[in-house]
Amino acid sequence: MLAPPPIISVSNLSKTYGSGFKALKGINLDIKRGEIFALLGPNGAGKTTLISIICGIANLSEGRVTVGGHDINSDYRAARSLIGLVPQELHTDSFETVWATVSFSRGLFGKPKNPAHIEKVLKDLSLWDKKDSKIITLSGGMKRRVMIAKALSHEPQILFLDEPTAGVDVELRKGMWDVVRGLQASGVTIILTTHYIQEAEEMADRIGVINKGEIILVEDKAGLMQKLGKKQLTLHLQQKIDAIPPALAPYKLHLSDDGRLLTYDYDTKGERTGITSLLSDLRNAGIHISDLDTTQSSLEDIFVSLVRAP
Amino acid sequence: MNYRAIRAIYLFEMARTWRTLLQSIVSPVVSTSLYFVVFGAAIGSRITEVEGVSYGTFIVPGLVMLSVLTQSIANASFGIYFPKFVGTIYEILSAPVSYIEIVIGYVGAAATKSIILGLIIMATAALFVPLHIHHPLWMLTFLVLTAVTFSLFGFIIGIWADGFEKLQMIPMLIVTPLTFLGGSFYSVNMLPSGWRTVTLLNPVVYLISGFRWSFYEIADVSVGLSLGMTLGFLAICMVLVWWIFRTGYRLKN
Ligand SMILES: Nc1ncnc2c1ncn2[C@@H]1O[C@H](COP(=O)(O)OP(=O)(O)O)[C@@H](O)[C@H]1O
Ligand SMILES: [Mg+2]
Repeated sequence: MLAPPPIISVSNLSKTYGSGFKALKGINLDIKRGEIFALLGPNGAGKTTLISIICGIANLSEGRVTVGGHDINSDYRAARSLIGLVPQELHTDSFETVWATVSFSRGLFGKPKNPAHIEKVLKDLSLWDKKDSKIITLSGGMKRRVMIAKALSHEPQILFLDEPTAGVDVELRKGMWDVVRGLQASGVTIILTTHYIQEAEEMADRIGVINKGEIILVEDKAGLMQKLGKKQLTLHLQQKIDAIPPALAPYKLHLSDDGRLLTYDYDTKGERTGITSLLSDLRNAGIHISDLDTTQSSLEDIFVSLVRAP
Repeated sequence: MNYRAIRAIYLFEMARTWRTLLQSIVSPVVSTSLYFVVFGAAIGSRITEVEGVSYGTFIVPGLVMLSVLTQSIANASFGIYFPKFVGTIYEILSAPVSYIEIVIGYVGAAATKSIILGLIIMATAALFVPLHIHHPLWMLTFLVLTAVTFSLFGFIIGIWADGFEKLQMIPMLIVTPLTFLGGSFYSVNMLPSGWRTVTLLNPVVYLISGFRWSFYEIADVSVGLSLGMTLGFLAICMVLVWWIFRTGYRLKN
């Protein structure tokens, strides 16, 4: 069976700013319909630039992007109609009311009036009691939600959230994730950017890592978690040994050069770790242990090693 | 055409006008009244008549044009500059709207506002001096054309400007002087012939002359020429706007 076509397809996308700075270098990325995709990368990696191009805020220099099969340049109307964007910065019309600004967005996207939908969006985002307030009177977290409401006002199939939790408190973050999950359940594809690993881990189905304008990894979260699930047990030996006894071969141990450290890789998510039997087999082989410790490779480590790679 | 988007932008801009009613309508009316007091009463008592009409009556079309020009530019330039300045332009750029729709929304609202303003100023003027409009349809034509042209011009300035100084600069340094020297307060025929030739290089002369003709059938230049120049200027602004959007100039990185 053929895989369903991606809802967003980015091919060979490059972006050079007017200053001559190359912010994106040959990006290839497909977003699957209905998934939550996290774009993870340090500040300045090019996350906002990539989103800006897909949404029509910046021009691309090279390459091609399609949204729902529509080219973002030649068929921009169809492409943009599908997208709701919540940009990184809080840009709001201070003197408008919440209701007016959200209704404006719906009109701008060419949708007929639908007060019931706007009401639902505002209620979902706990903004209903603020609907007649001027935006200038709202807190930062509420302004962020107003921007989400604007993006959802026209019932987009795709929602971009650029660093949605920057400066947002824990309570609100939780509420926001509930909304995002609800949207996914209703079939909306969500792309969010973040430089917090936990956030990507918590929310996403797939994670893409971007650094210096290049995508260096795209993987299912489950796959990434498996890498993450690997732990290492280090055994400090009382006496140095020259070689690993044949009886211990099945454990695939690694002996350090000085013959005093044995390391054992195991999977915390596996049925059994094998540690208990390893320890008893070691004793049977006459190897005594003075100390032991375990280390875990975190997504953070994976990430750091990825972005440090030349 | 995304008519709903045009409507949304237009109504958004008009709502901004009502919010700033004092600044947008009342202050031009007050300053126009002051012109009448100062020019009409003080100078008018010395210059009794220009080409057969009283001085106070003579300056009305010029005064209206003065306000329509400056307000069209101010409204339209601010209307597009402000979203750029506060960042809300992101939404317009990411919406499924064409450039033509954006222009119609913003320029339409700015022009509407200055047309209303022009009519209010005429009504105010009618309180001070007897006013007679010979060719109301032509009057409206010139009013609308001028409002649209200069709103487009303002829109261009708003996109070009990257700071509030630049936003003020062109209106203050170029448009206001050209308007004052464009025959708002005198007939070009009153000038010595050397000056008259120089004055005819000023595009505003043609706007005011045509507009004044529609009131009193007196004109510095032929009506056809006035209309031609107005349309020519409109065409130039349209080409500029087209170029701006084709290149994404100062709107998109
Ligand atoms: N308008 C611009 N002109 C020149 N360089 C820019 C512009 N916008 C962003 N950049 C540069 O492009 C790079 C990527 O920026 P951005 O996409 O905002 O990164 P991120 O969102 O991942 O933090 C950064 O180095 C930034 O300085
Ligand atoms: Mg960013």
